[in-house]
Amino acid sequence: MQSLTTSGGQPFPTGSLFSPLPCIPLPGFPILATPVPAGFPSPAADFVEDRLSLDEHLIKHREATFFVRVTGQSMTGFGIHDGDLLVVDRAVDAADRSVVIAVVDGEFTVKQLCRIPDGVLLRASGKGHGDILVGPDQDLTVWGVVRWAIHRV
Amino acid sequence: MTVALVDGNNFYVSCERVFNPRLEGKPVVVLSNNDGCAVARSAEVKALGVRMGTPWFQLRDLAKQHGIIALSSNYALYADMSNRMMAVLADYSPEQEIYSIDECFLGLDGFADYDLVAYGQTIRQRVRQWVGIPVCVGIAETKTLAKLANHCAKKNLAGDNGVCNLSGMTEAELSRLFATIEVGEIWGVGPRLSKKLIARGIATVEALRTADAKTLRREFSVVLERTIAELNGVMCVDMQEAAPNKQQIISSRSFGNYVYDLAPLGEAVATYIATAATKLRHQGSLAGMVQVYVRTNPHKADVPQYQPSLTIPLPEATDDTLRLTQAALWGLKRIYRSGFAYQKAGVALLNLSDAGMPQLALFSKARDNTRVMQAMDRINAVWGRGTLRSAAEGTRREWKMKRERMSPGYTTRWDQLPIAR
Repeated sequence: MQSLTTSGGQPFPTGSLFSPLPCIPLPGFPILATPVPAGFPSPAADFVEDRLSLDEHLIKHREATFFVRVTGQSMTGFGIHDGDLLVVDRAVDAADRSVVIAVVDGEFTVKQLCRIPDGVLLRASGKGHGDILVGPDQDLTVWGVVRWAIHRV
Repeated sequence: MTVALVDGNNFYVSCERVFNPRLEGKPVVVLSNNDGCAVARSAEVKALGVRMGTPWFQLRDLAKQHGIIALSSNYALYADMSNRMMAVLADYSPEQEIYSIDECFLGLDGFADYDLVAYGQTIRQRVRQWVGIPVCVGIAETKTLAKLANHCAKKNLAGDNGVCNLSGMTEAELSRLFATIEVGEIWGVGPRLSKKLIARGIATVEALRTADAKTLRREFSVVLERTIAELNGVMCVDMQEAAPNKQQIISSRSFGNYVYDLAPLGEAVATYIATAATKLRHQGSLAGMVQVYVRTNPHKADVPQYQPSLTIPLPEATDDTLRLTQAALWGLKRIYRSGFAYQKAGVALLNLSDAGMPQLALFSKARDNTRVMQAMDRINAVWGRGTLRSAAEGTRREWKMKRERMSPGYTTRWDQLPIAR
């Protein structure tokens, strides 16, 4: 059951963007049974600060940040595991040795971008296994730069 | 005045291509909500001569022959990408007017020292990199001309590399360019009016620009006179009061006093929704998305500025005031930040579709009565959603399900994120 506020008359829909919007409760229909304390005000009230936000910590450019899911073991050596969630920022330019999302044969791949004399090497962590060499006359699209890998423990 | 119109190229198709690179360089169409007709076409599809709005069943043979890929419209994705694009563009001007899901005007007054073409290129490059959407930029002295400049940039008639600045062209260059563009391409000149103008010998932009405005005003309307003035660089359509087209209904107002808190902002937004929803029902449309925005006073540079906006796709297209209000208030709550002196709020009902169903007459009786809608919602709140609903709603629900070729919710659903190997 979602929490509803009665102060504004109508409840604000909560939950995800695409869940059905909740409807208005009947007047007099019990919504919350929690008593509202009316007494000594909390001495902590003057020291309220915003609670820490992971969005704030992980996302530098809101408009340019996308989430991507990892499949496979090719990057475990970089601490990126199967099923991890990647925070990808398109606003930053990929530098040499950045971990990037690149487009290879129409598919997304997560690899380390290494500039080498013969072009670019998309390096996997498996000692040469899974590396992709992109020649000087081949097209390479770097889709975004991986800033964080979120791993479920 | 100097103004830019920034417009996403084949916006829906471009959104799909960001997350599905395989679609790059291939002919792609996006179909309307019930997979009915083409509402967006990639350049490759346009080159095959497919027109906007062509029914999908008519396209099937051509699609087989040329490998056209058809997708159902994924409005959740397009709305999110639109919000991102508009937020990026907001950084490039103190004045932004979001005109539709894929285009906005940027006021460029006070940018006289800038190389506007280079500025346009910067904008283009930034949106492409950050959001992945290719855009074109048209720059001119009026909104009508900026629209035209954008058209020129898109069709490569003038300008360079997706940016066209008409205000940098000489009178002779403009004449030559405008003589090659059909009169129907002008903002506000629809198919019917353009037919009449052509019959009168006014077939090109140049012909209309140099026509006698007073005569045409008598023959047609004051709107056409204003269009002619705009074509001649005389600003008639202000940044705020864009002529609402049929695809959106806008309601916004500046406040008498500055407003600081969420509650009164909510009251204002709810009031504007009520106004807009009345218009919506009057013209027999349903809204598929609601946009809400608030802004501080852009003319007071010394106070903190904040101009957020958010587009909210609705689970179902609706003309129900209460549903629209809830969506708008939900959006307002997400963009609201305390500590700002808000001067204005507004809403837009977008992605309008025709409510024209046989049940319309029956339904319109009921929906004039707000209390019936309220009672319906209250009953549903207790007994479950959809317990009591109109017959028209039931029908709509069925055709909404027909989105067989929809791409995943790449940016809106945790279980549908893009995958990297």
